Amino acid sequence: MLCVPSWRAAWLPRQLHAGAWWLWALGVGAAASRTTNPVLLGLLLGVAAYVVSVRRSSAPWGGAFNAFLRLALVVITIRVVFQAIFGAHVGGSTVLFRLPAVQLPEWAASLKLGGPITLEAVLLAFYDGLRLAVILCCLGAANALADARRLLRSVPGALYEIGVALVVAMTFAPRLAEDGARIRRAHRLRGRGVRGIRGLGQVAMPVLEGSLERALELAAAMDSRGFARAATVPDPHRRAASVLVVGGLLGVCVGLYGLLDGGGLSAAGSALVGCGVGLAAGGFVLAGRSSTRTRYRPDPWGFPEWVVAGSGGVAATTFALAAGQQGMNLLVVPLVLPAVPLLPLAGALVALLPAWVAPQPAEAS
Amino acid sequence: MIDFADVSFRYPTGRLVLREVMLRIPEGELCLVVGETGSGKSTLLRAVNGLVPHFTGGTLAGRVLVAGRDTRLHPPRDLADVVGFVGQDPQAGFVADVVEDELAFGMEWLGLPPDVMRRRVEETLDLLGLADVRARAMSTLSGGQQQRVAIGAALVAHPQVLVLDEPTSALDPQAAEDVLAALHRLVHDLGTTVLLAEHRLERVVQYADRVVYLPGDGHVLDGPPAQLLATSPIAPPVIELGRLAGWSPLPLSVRDARRAANGLRQKLAGRVRRRTDTRSRHGDVLARTAKLSVRYGGTVALRRLDFHVAAGEIVAVMGRNGAGKSTLLAALVGLVEPVGGTIRTGQLDPFRTDASTVIKAAGLVPQQPEDLLYADTVADECAAADADTAGSPGRCRALLDRLAPGIADDVHPRDLSEGQRLCLALAVVLTAGPPLLLLDEPTRGLDYAAKRRLTGLLRGLVATETARAVVLATHDVELVAELASRVVVLADGEVVADGPTTEAVAGSPVFAPQVAKVLAPQQWLTVTEVAEALGAAS
Repeated sequence: MLCVPSWRAAWLPRQLHAGAWWLWALGVGAAASRTTNPVLLGLLLGVAAYVVSVRRSSAPWGGAFNAFLRLALVVITIRVVFQAIFGAHVGGSTVLFRLPAVQLPEWAASLKLGGPITLEAVLLAFYDGLRLAVILCCLGAANALADARRLLRSVPGALYEIGVALVVAMTFAPRLAEDGARIRRAHRLRGRGVRGIRGLGQVAMPVLEGSLERALELAAAMDSRGFARAATVPDPHRRAASVLVVGGLLGVCVGLYGLLDGGGLSAAGSALVGCGVGLAAGGFVLAGRSSTRTRYRPDPWGFPEWVVAGSGGVAATTFALAAGQQGMNLLVVPLVLPAVPLLPLAGALVALLPAWVAPQPAEAS
Repeated sequence: MIDFADVSFRYPTGRLVLREVMLRIPEGELCLVVGETGSGKSTLLRAVNGLVPHFTGGTLAGRVLVAGRDTRLHPPRDLADVVGFVGQDPQAGFVADVVEDELAFGMEWLGLPPDVMRRRVEETLDLLGLADVRARAMSTLSGGQQQRVAIGAALVAHPQVLVLDEPTSALDPQAAEDVLAALHRLVHDLGTTVLLAEHRLERVVQYADRVVYLPGDGHVLDGPPAQLLATSPIAPPVIELGRLAGWSPLPLSVRDARRAANGLRQKLAGRVRRRTDTRSRHGDVLARTAKLSVRYGGTVALRRLDFHVAAGEIVAVMGRNGAGKSTLLAALVGLVEPVGGTIRTGQLDPFRTDASTVIKAAGLVPQQPEDLLYADTVADECAAADADTAGSPGRCRALLDRLAPGIADDVHPRDLSEGQRLCLALAVVLTAGPPLLLLDEPTRGLDYAAKRRLTGLLRGLVATETARAVVLATHDVELVAELASRVVVLADGEVVADGPTTEAVAGSPVFAPQVAKVLAPQQWLTVTEVAEALGAAS
């Protein structure tokens, strides 16, 4: 193994390991999922935005954060409008304005349509929407800081083939859109308008045919370059590894869901996560021992990666610990000004560390 | 190195493509595979790395040995360390998003140690001149760069054999030179055996050590280039000129031909050249752009471009990949929205006019003519074209019979040859009766015979109907020399040259056709011209 010659070398401009950025972003997202306090949520959003603005790469995907931010605004708007029109009664008394109410039949009595719109109801919807919006922005931050394909490249050997399939699929989608545009242009060249359902059908068939052909060509190219070669591993051995890995990861996912949900499943959730990690690790070891595939320039995982991933973890942990405290989930009836609990505040600030700790991204040529 | 012993191959459809092929290609040769479209070139190439029959199905008789391995027992992935394969469309074979990763993909599967991989990637980047784009996303590369990445990706595994299917057909002359120079280096410096199929012989024949000729009946002839091409119907202009002048040995390169051409130049001095170049406006103007600008997102495709075409002209639009040629043609039929300036096609503003009206003023055959064809049979296609233009039934079919006689009604357009498919697309476009005909890269994938037919056909269209004009966007300098009366050269969306063909191409090192290079400083462009001048004198 190559040793890091000095601490400073780890901070030379380079692309931080994609996994570190994703762990950090997931940590911040998990933190956001535990609160509806708009001050804390705004703080988390600011943290994500600042880190993105100073550490994103100049590659094409660097603009992802803006796209997610716009999506987040849409989410908030929809949430507020729907709550105002259809939402169940929250019980506030500060009426902003009244919409004409519609009397619904007996079987739909639990719904309401129109009627008085209260400040409390709008605020509740806003807090809820904001939480979802911040989680979305965390995903956007992860995308802007590290290409998802780069992350797939560093998946363990046992999942490598799935990873390649996903990478290929991701490059296929834009080509489909290009094909569609080309076929539409060709229709125009024959003097046909392409509109409506019929037009869609006319475009879809050639696009599908084209992509099928391209898939075959790609398969031929991958085969000629040695993809899936060197099957010296006995089949049952390989299959066992795959089952272990996939099963383990499923366990981890379900367990994490239980933990994040914050419900009564905590103990069971922890157990599931533990089992899952164990299974998956076993699978990886099994698969790694038998794989002859080597890896070109694997991304290093050094001290900055630990700090970045850890800061996300700290944020998530502080928010989880403070879950029961006052000010985490704001009451709207009666209306109170948001108070800010200190522990999560500190946690959110820790998540800002990557803005300095992560190395500068290298300039792409 | 490559050994075909009595090989026959039949596709699952029953078509016999290779018949008792005996072929032995020794190590370190650059071997050129020539033949008309559909003669089995791709099949022969794919048999070398086992894609035929492992991937295509079908029956292979006989034995193909590559570096001592039998392709019947080794599927393509197990031959990956001895045969590198580059398909026709490099983009279709890309799996990674960054150049470096794409290069490393094959080696990872071969299980090479990381330090070896690193070294080979660096070497390959240098060998193919890709070092400055190593971290770029694949989608941002130019056509020539993509082709070189594809070659590099096949090369990093250090295969003993490299197989390439038409590596330069989509490239502009300069990019093609780069790719061929890289191949030349491989053969000379590394001793790689290269097997290469190519339609544009004028670009590659001088590098070849051996030519494999497929006459089309499934048999294969092979021999030294000069000997084999002396009689083959497929030959680049420099060889045709050599045949005409009776040179022996037949020169393969412009340099050899120039040394032999002294006598011919003296004989031609003072002879009159029959050529109808045009400077500008000698008929009604069929289309005109004034200060036209077009942009796609951040890139400017056309910048304040002035262009016109008059009846009776055949105008060639040239320039490197991405210079704006296709955009100009697309703008003339209203496919792209101008951000500034004006376009008049006939009397119309094409972008703001209904498509069914525009096609009566100008018709465009796109780069991939199959885009225009959707029906399951030729007859349906023709009927649809008649219906689209509300013309009399049978008009499209009559046009098709004039362009390419003998195509049966019930054939699927996909099963036609490239040349026939182009003619069908042309017939479909001409059904609307547009006075202006636009062709985007029409000779891509056409062999010499099909190209000759296309040339005669387009010339006939303009000669018989005087109100008609043709605009071609093309890289093919030989086609331009043969056909165009005026040449417009674009660079970065601007016109850098506009004038009669002889003036525009004869002096240019990139765009000059072979005959012009051989006979410079005299200004002859094609073999036909020379033959006519000699014939008129004798």
